[in-house]
Amino acid sequence: MTHLAFVAVAYVLGIGIPIAYALAAWQRVGAARRKLAAIDPRGQRP
Amino acid sequence: MSPADYQQGDAVRIMYVHVPSAWLATAGYSGLALCSVASLIWRHPLADLAAAEIGPVGAGFTALCLATGSLWGKPMWGAWWVWDARLTSVLVLFFLYIGHIALVRAFDDPTRGYRAGAILALVGVVNLPVIKFSVDWWNTLHQPASIKLTGSATMAPEMLWPLLICAIGYTLAFATIVTMRTRAAVMERRIRGLLMARAASDPGA
Repeated sequence: MTHLAFVAVAYVLGIGIPIAYALAAWQRVGAARRKLAAIDPRGQRP
Repeated sequence: MSPADYQQGDAVRIMYVHVPSAWLATAGYSGLALCSVASLIWRHPLADLAAAEIGPVGAGFTALCLATGSLWGKPMWGAWWVWDARLTSVLVLFFLYIGHIALVRAFDDPTRGYRAGAILALVGVVNLPVIKFSVDWWNTLHQPASIKLTGSATMAPEMLWPLLICAIGYTLAFATIVTMRTRAAVMERRIRGLLMARAASDPGA
């Protein structure tokens, strides 16, 4: 396989960057949901 | 498996990451501009939040486009970077994204930041046709478009289909990330509102 190092680095970036963004977004949604559940009066109604 | 190119060898495989990220860099900026229009004309709060969340994701995909372009350029052109019209206009797009990210967060009053960011985003729209037509307007090292809406693709189907599948995957990833970030931003705005209301109703606390 020619230029293997260049191809490998490109695919590491191409997969790693979207996954890093997705994980960060998922973590942010989870943190916001937990905090909102703790303080939102609408969530505390029976 | 997609075949190696007869001239580029396996370096052609970088295209499957580079081209979708380039498309999404410009499509993301178009989305940012549409949100900015909705923000300036209708003052829609969700448009403000969506624009602020598209910015960092678009900047990431533009950086990915530039990085993978460099990784392809070194073995094919013998240079990591050339001041070619296409490369330079995409670099300008990256700086526009960075400027938008900074401007939106530069004001104590978020509304002013959203307005300033929206104006910058709309001014930057002029760069999109420059990116698209740079390979036609100037004599560039970057190759012209292989896929055109008005004509058949100048690319073998064994390479075209994997490229389109990668483009669909990247588009779905981009849309999912922006949707999740916008959803988090909506919840964070509500949290701030609730905390401020609580502080206002209980000033001694």
